[in-house]
Parts: sequence; structure tokens; C-alpha cells
Amino acid sequence: METMFGIAVDGVAYGMILFIISVGLSVTLGLMRVVNLAHGAFAMVGGYVASYAAQTAGLPYGVALVVAVALTVLATLPLERLLYRRIYGSANELAQVLLTIGLTFVIVAGINYLFGPTLKRIPLPELLTGTVELGPKAIPTHRAFVIGAGAATLLGLWWLLERTDFGIRLRAAVDDPAMAAALGIRTERLYLATFALGTGLAALGGVLGAELLPLEPYYAIRYIVLFLAVVAVGGAGSIFGSAAAALALGIVDTAGKYLIPNFGEFFFYVALILILFRWPHGFFKGRTA
Amino acid sequence: MTRTLRNALLGAAFGLALTAGSAGAATIKVGVVAPFSGPYGVVGKSFREAIEIYQAEHGKTVGNDTVEFIYKDLDQANPAQSKALSQELIVKEKVSFLAGYFFTPDALAVAPLIDEANIPCVIFNAATSAITEKSPRYVRTSFTLWQNTVPLAEYMAKQGIKKAVSAVSDYGPGIDGETAFKTTFEKHGGTVVDTIRMPMKSNDFAPFMQRIKDSGAEAVYAFLPAGPTTLAFAKAFSDTGLKAAGIKFFGPGDLTQEPDLPALGDAALGITTTFNYSRAHDSAKNKAFVAKHKEMFGSTDTVTFTSVGAYDGVHVIYQMIKNGGGKIDGAKAVESVKGMSWESPRGPLTIDPDSRHVTQTIYLRTVEKVDGKLENVEKEAFPNQPDYGYKLGK
Repeated sequence: METMFGIAVDGVAYGMILFIISVGLSVTLGLMRVVNLAHGAFAMVGGYVASYAAQTAGLPYGVALVVAVALTVLATLPLERLLYRRIYGSANELAQVLLTIGLTFVIVAGINYLFGPTLKRIPLPELLTGTVELGPKAIPTHRAFVIGAGAATLLGLWWLLERTDFGIRLRAAVDDPAMAAALGIRTERLYLATFALGTGLAALGGVLGAELLPLEPYYAIRYIVLFLAVVAVGGAGSIFGSAAAALALGIVDTAGKYLIPNFGEFFFYVALILILFRWPHGFFKGRTA
Repeated sequence: MTRTLRNALLGAAFGLALTAGSAGAATIKVGVVAPFSGPYGVVGKSFREAIEIYQAEHGKTVGNDTVEFIYKDLDQANPAQSKALSQELIVKEKVSFLAGYFFTPDALAVAPLIDEANIPCVIFNAATSAITEKSPRYVRTSFTLWQNTVPLAEYMAKQGIKKAVSAVSDYGPGIDGETAFKTTFEKHGGTVVDTIRMPMKSNDFAPFMQRIKDSGAEAVYAFLPAGPTTLAFAKAFSDTGLKAAGIKFFGPGDLTQEPDLPALGDAALGITTTFNYSRAHDSAKNKAFVAKHKEMFGSTDTVTFTSVGAYDGVHVIYQMIKNGGGKIDGAKAVESVKGMSWESPRGPLTIDPDSRHVTQTIYLRTVEKVDGKLENVEKEAFPNQPDYGYKLGK
């Protein structure tokens, strides 16, 4: 019983971290239909900015987090205007893959040149170190914080996409850009704002997830499969789908590693195959935001 | 950029001047295959820095001959490419020595080449015991997992630890470590209650921590390759309360290699490891080595075990050239350094005539803060440790 509880708690914690680092991709891939393989690179840029702000400039953790998200968004907006705008639309999938993977290589090389190949860290404040007791099980305080942040992000996004004007216009613009434009919706601005939202979430995930996925220049390539898996299982564009997928994969992976570690990543990929076999478009395709 | 260019031009000019000056002089080339870019780029950097330090201290010539190093980038474990690059070095560049090799499979892949071309291969790192069994032309100046683990397991047993668990990455060296630990620890009266093999690509270590906790062990022996996974493992160990619960953390020194220490932060404090080299090693030779590194490259952050592996490897190559009087015959050159002893920055070294692997002092270290910087502080020394794993497995 205690083992089951332990697996459940660790699984949910891992799942929430997977959610928070993948949800940005769910926004760009799902809502804007851009296969953004540079998502990991944006997350990494956010992490490096936070690391620099906290370690070299000496800012507190919270401020570093905000600065990282803001700077990453600012730095990537010109990319939207210059590059991404040209590849919107599902007819351009090959161009999207080529452009974004190329962008990833450029960012990897740039980070390697500027910050060197060694691991970087984002120092945690006193408040987030140590452990929290949950009955018989102790989990790191930082992870509890990430679970909270993940839940808040989930609700915030749901509200933004389902309950606001912005959300309605965005969904209209995605479903039928020509008709939306004809109705007077300024689709270009809307896409810019959504792109900013996606990269902001990527940066947020990069910073919050840095304890689990340490920052180094190959972060961008090393973990992209993980992000894509979560979005594929969740159903592109579905925020709740991403959360459900991240939690399911997190729990399966944790249980597999605890019970039969020799099987390695086997259970993660078996779960991936079975889920996609049953729901080829992911859990929540087209049902909710 | 311009400085490198100038150095290169100067080097070329000198090289030309030398060849023109004395008729008998030749250039002896050494091919170095290592990761110079990519996730393990810092390894190649430390190799190259150590080679440059050695050449700055001992000159670029042996007798009348100039020694030139040619670097080939192999960014990750890839035996086929390792073989292709090495072949290119032998055929096109006409190298007299091969050196470097960070990963075991890369080193193993060149065995048929060095035998056919009769070229000595000095391994700067790759640490699986079985490598030197595959060709009589391998010489290794690094360490093996057996070499580091045997004294560690003996020490743990002596500390009165009865129940331990091993947690290793599921690949060649990890399994070497697990076997070495289990055999030695149980020989000295301890029990290994669980052997956990963790997938190479793990991100989340919480499940393994839970398993370690549930096994009821007093101590854990862990081995992971240096890099991001090690960091996550050590963090998980302290974050999930295992450290606070009093479980002791032991492992080979790869876990706390110097370039990773700043990122590990306080999570590293108290980890006890055994290893062949610490940047903080207290000897005149090491102080001079570290000072020279600082003088030439401005910082000592990259000085670690791979630095001395390369530094001593170059020493062996220089000695082979000296012994041959400028004529290199692979088999004879290796023969001539068997049993050779010298003083390295890490301590006294001897090349074992059978295994062609260095017999050396293994140090027991604990991570502590020294002047605000995390260092592996040496606590005990176990002199003359051979490669216990030579001709043992398979």
C-alpha cells in the first residue's frame, strides 16, 4: 500500500513536470499547427537566462523567473515576424520541421559558445529546498511547488482559451483563418500573441523543470522526444489532454522504473504505443481547448 | 581567433625551419580521437589542454624529432566512426601513435587497426577492464571501475556497513562497477540487498530513490557516467530525504568530477568517492600542474581526471619515442614501457607489464567546501592498486 502511494505521488510529481515543460508546445503545435521542434531550445534559453540572472546578476529566484520568461519572449518575437510567419498552415509541415530544427542547431551552438558546455544551475531559494511530508512519503519542496505551478498554469490556460474573447478569436482564427479575417479578426496579431504565449510557457517550463532536466547546451535536442510524446498522447491543442497525457506517462514511467528497473524506458514507450493505438489523435483531440 | 592563427603560423614556421635545419630530424605524429564538440566536448578540451601543458613544460621535440598532435572529433560513442577516423589518421596522416578515446566502444573498435598497422594506442580514458585484453598494443593511463571500486568496497566493509545497495547505469562500465562492488563487499562480510540497474536515459530518479529506501540498506554504491544524469541522481538523493535519513552515499569519482561540482552545489557535500585524481591533490607536482593550467588557460575549472589521463598518456608517448631513438616500431615501443614508473600529478604510477594498465594510488575523498569552492578532499590513500578486473570477466 505504502509502495503504491509512493509510486502515485512520485508519478504525479514527474507527470506535472512533464506537463509544465510540454504545455508550451501543445499551444504552438496544437493551436497554431506549427511543428515547433525549437520548443526545447526556447525552454533552454529561458533556463539559461534565469541561471545567469540568479547566479551572475544575483537576482532572487522569483524575479529571475519573470525576467527569463520576459526576455525569452522578447528575443523570440522577431523570429515570429521574420521566420515563423512564413511557415504557418498545415500544408507546410516539411518546411516547419526543417526551419525549426535548423533554428535549434543555431541556438545550441550559440549557447555552447556563450556559456560553455558545462552544466548550469538555477540556485533555489531557502523556501524551496528541503522536503514536504505527505503521510509516509517525503517529496522535495521544489517539486511540490512545480505541481502547484502546473495546476495554476492548467487552470489559467483553460480560462484564457475557453472563457475570454481572446480564446474565442484564437480558436476561430485557427479553424478557418480566411473566414476569421473576413469577420474582422486581426489574425496576424493573434498569431503573434499566441506565439509569445507558447514561448513564454516554454521558458517557464525550462526554468521550473531545471531541477529534473539539468541545463546544458544539448538540452534542446536531448528532451524534444519527451515533449513531443506528451503532446502526441494528449491530443494536439488540448490543454487538459496534455495534462492527462503527462500524468499518465509520468505514473507509468515511475511505476515501471520502481518495479522493474532493468526494463528501462520500455514501459514509457509501450504506454505511448498503446494509447496512440487506441486514440490515434490523442486523448482529447478536438473536444476541448 | 587571431592568436590561434598567429600560433599556428609561428608553429608552421618553426616546423619548416627545423626540418630545413637538420637533415635527420622528422616529425612524429600522434592522432588524438576524442569528443571535442557536443555534450562531451569538455572532455576533448581537457585532453587538449593537458597535451599543450605537457608540451609547454617538456618541449615539442624528443631528440631531433618534433612531436605533433592531430585532433579528430568524435562527439559521442560511435565505434564505426571511431574506426573510420583512426584509419584516416593512420593512412592519410601517417601517425605513429593513436591516443585519446573517451568511451569504451570507441577504444575497442580500433584493436584490429592497431594490430595490422603495428601502432601503439595510448588510451586516455575508456575504463572497461577488458579493453587491454583485445590487443597487445594498448596502453592505458586512466583507471578502471574495478580499480576504483575494490578499495571502496573494502573501506565500506571496514566502516561496519553490513547492508548496502548498488545502483548503476545499465551499460558496460556500470555493470563492471556492480560486479566489482558485489564481489568485494560480500567477500568482506557485507550483504548487497538489491542491485538496481538504471536506464541510461533516466530523467527522474525518484523511483530509484524509493527503491533504495525500501531496501533498508545503510549505504548506496552508485555509478553513472559523468554528466547531466549524475547531477539529477545526486540531487534526487538529497532532495528525497535519503541523505537526511542517514543513508551513506559512495561511488567512483566520476560522480563528483570537478567540472560538475559547481552545478551540483551543496547536494554534493558529504559524497564519498574513490578515484585516481583530485584537482585538490596535495603534492608539489600537482600544484605545479594546476598552476601551469591557470597560467595558460586562465581558469582551473576544467582540470579533472581526464586531464591527468592525457598528461600521463603524453608522457608515455614521449618515453616510447625516446626509447626507440626516433624509430617507432609499435610492438617494441609498447614492450619498452612495460614496468615503467614515474611521478605524475596524481602520485606514483607504474605500467603493469601484463595488463599494460597503470598501477596507481587510489584516494578516498569526500566533497567539502575549500575557500568557498567545492573540492574532492582526499582522506585516505590506498597505494599500488592494480586493475583487478584484468582477464577476470567473460
